[in-house]
Amino acid sequence: MTVQPAMPKCWRPETKPHKFCPGCGHGLVLKALGEAIDELGIQDRVVFGCDIGCSLLAWDFFNVDSIQTHHGRTTPVMTGVKRANPDLICIAYMGDGGGYAIGSQHLVNAAARNEKITVILALNTVYAMTGGQMAPTTMPDQKAETAPYGRNVEETGYPTQGPEMVAAITREGAYVARGTTANLKQLKSYIKKALQNQMEGRGFSFVEALSACPTNWRTNAEKTWNFVQKEMPKYFKVGEKKVPGAEEKEGQ
Amino acid sequence: MSEKLITEEKRVFMTGNEVVAWAAVAAGAEIMYGYPITPQNEIMHYWTRLAPKYNRKFLQTEDELSAGFTTVGGVMAGRKAFTATAGPGNTLMQEPMSMAEAMRLPTVTIVQQRGGPSTATVIYSQQEVTMTTFGGNGEGLRIVYSTANHQELFDYTIKAFNVAWKYRFPTFVLGDGYQAKMRESLTVYDPEQKGIEFVPAEPYVGKPGTPGVDREPGHYRNTYNVEEELYEVLQGYFKDYAKMAEEVAEYQAFDTEDADVVVLSHGVVSRGAKEAVEQLRKEGKKVGYFRPITLRPLPEKELKELAGKAKKFLIVESAQGQFAKLIKDVIYGASVEIVPFFKPGVGITTDEIVGKVNEIL
Amino acid sequence: MAEVTKIMLAGEGGQGVQSVAQILAEAADNEGREALYIPNFGVEQRGGVSIAFLQISDERIGAPKFDIGDIVVALSDRAIYRTKQYVGENTIFVYDTSIDIPKEDLPQNAAKILAIPALEIAKNELHPRVFNVIILGAVVAATKVVTAEDAKKAIEKKLGYKFEQNPKLRELNYKAIDKGMELV
Repeated sequence: MTVQPAMPKCWRPETKPHKFCPGCGHGLVLKALGEAIDELGIQDRVVFGCDIGCSLLAWDFFNVDSIQTHHGRTTPVMTGVKRANPDLICIAYMGDGGGYAIGSQHLVNAAARNEKITVILALNTVYAMTGGQMAPTTMPDQKAETAPYGRNVEETGYPTQGPEMVAAITREGAYVARGTTANLKQLKSYIKKALQNQMEGRGFSFVEALSACPTNWRTNAEKTWNFVQKEMPKYFKVGEKKVPGAEEKEGQ
Repeated sequence: MSEKLITEEKRVFMTGNEVVAWAAVAAGAEIMYGYPITPQNEIMHYWTRLAPKYNRKFLQTEDELSAGFTTVGGVMAGRKAFTATAGPGNTLMQEPMSMAEAMRLPTVTIVQQRGGPSTATVIYSQQEVTMTTFGGNGEGLRIVYSTANHQELFDYTIKAFNVAWKYRFPTFVLGDGYQAKMRESLTVYDPEQKGIEFVPAEPYVGKPGTPGVDREPGHYRNTYNVEEELYEVLQGYFKDYAKMAEEVAEYQAFDTEDADVVVLSHGVVSRGAKEAVEQLRKEGKKVGYFRPITLRPLPEKELKELAGKAKKFLIVESAQGQFAKLIKDVIYGASVEIVPFFKPGVGITTDEIVGKVNEIL
Repeated sequence: MAEVTKIMLAGEGGQGVQSVAQILAEAADNEGREALYIPNFGVEQRGGVSIAFLQISDERIGAPKFDIGDIVVALSDRAIYRTKQYVGENTIFVYDTSIDIPKEDLPQNAAKILAIPALEIAKNELHPRVFNVIILGAVVAATKVVTAEDAKKAIEKKLGYKFEQNPKLRELNYKAIDKGMELV
């Protein structure tokens, strides 16, 4: 039995234990986010927006002002808040279905307009809340409720490369990275940099976090971690994809 | 930079879309989020020309979903925010507006109706009545003003911001392509000089203090775990709506006391209806005029009363009975005979209404 | 109920019928009268016949569009066919003499049909660009909804910045109004 580590200060103790399934990656991503908020000292300025899907369960997760929106629409709601009051630090939290399918036009256009908001996207390769349907990010041959024989890439294409896409369409000033719940220290540092990027008004910031859904994957602890640590990185390469100032350096 | 767009009352001659932009500036609207669609585009054109001069903001979004949801974000940040749309754009707008309904958000939306269904025409109709009053997966917890002329476009756009922030229901100004594009005179004014008090906007998020330390966090949601919880919340909303309705419902009526036929219309069609009734009265015919200004909530008491007196209701609209459905629902059980005069997607002239009344008198 | 003068102008895109309607509407408004002007717009305006509905009165105006015009001006053959439905027994129908159209295709029920050589005069005596201003003059003379003076003032308001740069343009426009008035 290990000692329970301290909760981030900005977590709301009244709503813990949280509502996510055992083994779910959301808790880990939100831990990294909570610590980042604490370390940056922005709890009084953060507005946290969550999508529909499992991310909605985070609507009362933090002691920060929070808005639970619709599926895919957290990006525009946070854009609207930020445009109306630029002093706030706006975080749009969503899953891969919300970001890459139903809300992809919002993600693409917010990125292209270089909105000064931070999008954090938990990628677990399935639509989890609705029961494990195939997502844009389902791995080749991975089974899902709407791909019971495994994802056929001939028919349904390959997993969406979110950060790579966002990096490609953003210009100087944007911050884009892919972290993983298998390396929380690194994930937290990415999220922190993303938030700092917003605080400094440089531009759009985006962090995707590889995350687990043992409930819909129907995996035990070992298989779950194997999937996150070994399988997912085959398609989803962890690391920073775009860092402000890097383009200038390249030119030197 | 001058502080106010309108410093003294004056007569102007402009298009309806320009009127809306002026009214929004005069009403103290702080930010507009919009996406191009005919026939509302010039609202954005005029707003973007005026906005920087009066320290207002604008964001052109990627679609109407985004225009609606950014407007939701804008009001939650505590700003008087609005958007404008039409037709298929209004269809997309229903999703964010159902969130505004669920969370009691004071969004203001200008709708300039165009032909439907689908792309149809960019010109004109009254076919967005059902959608604007009862759209989305909701219960129609909205306030909808149907304007008839440029003066009303100005007056009710200003009013919409106040009513929205006072009662916290999403509020709509329902115009149409004719009103959007036509030019006529109106008197513009500074609302405060007229004694109109602005209801202040308040932030939902980003209030002073650290949540959990100095104050409770604002946790806003539109999802509920159990049926009973949703039911309870809605009961409160219905109660608030009913109370608001008594204060907000508006109508115009004349010559209804002894009328055999009452012409019912709304919006721009009521201009022709008014003229027709006046003309017929001069000929000594027992015709009356009734026009709800608010389509949500409707002036229910007056409509019921009227339905118990008149022999016939001639319901005139540029849609296939969308307005009539609202009326019939209110007056259910009354003996009055309903005669429809529907021209979906097409304007209705004074002469046509006169002709129809003469037919049924 | 006050008298309302109902005016319809129709032509091809670029002939300037909408400008004429707008100038007349603004002239009436400047006089403190009520005017309502609405263009037909939409897909039709791209490559179709351009139509302007204009009503002028001493009191507030009712429906924005009307069934029958007091004066209907058509400046192309397509415009003649398109506007026939708006001609009634009290309508003055005006068209340009340059339009080649069988006589029987003109609206037979009009109170009066006026053929005016506006295009010819514009080309030969003034400038093709003021064709629509000649039409404006003709409408002013036929309807008397506004005075020539007010029409000129409204033009000044709209094009004054151009006249400042080139005063000859003002003269040309004013002459076009006068010419147009003489045609009716």
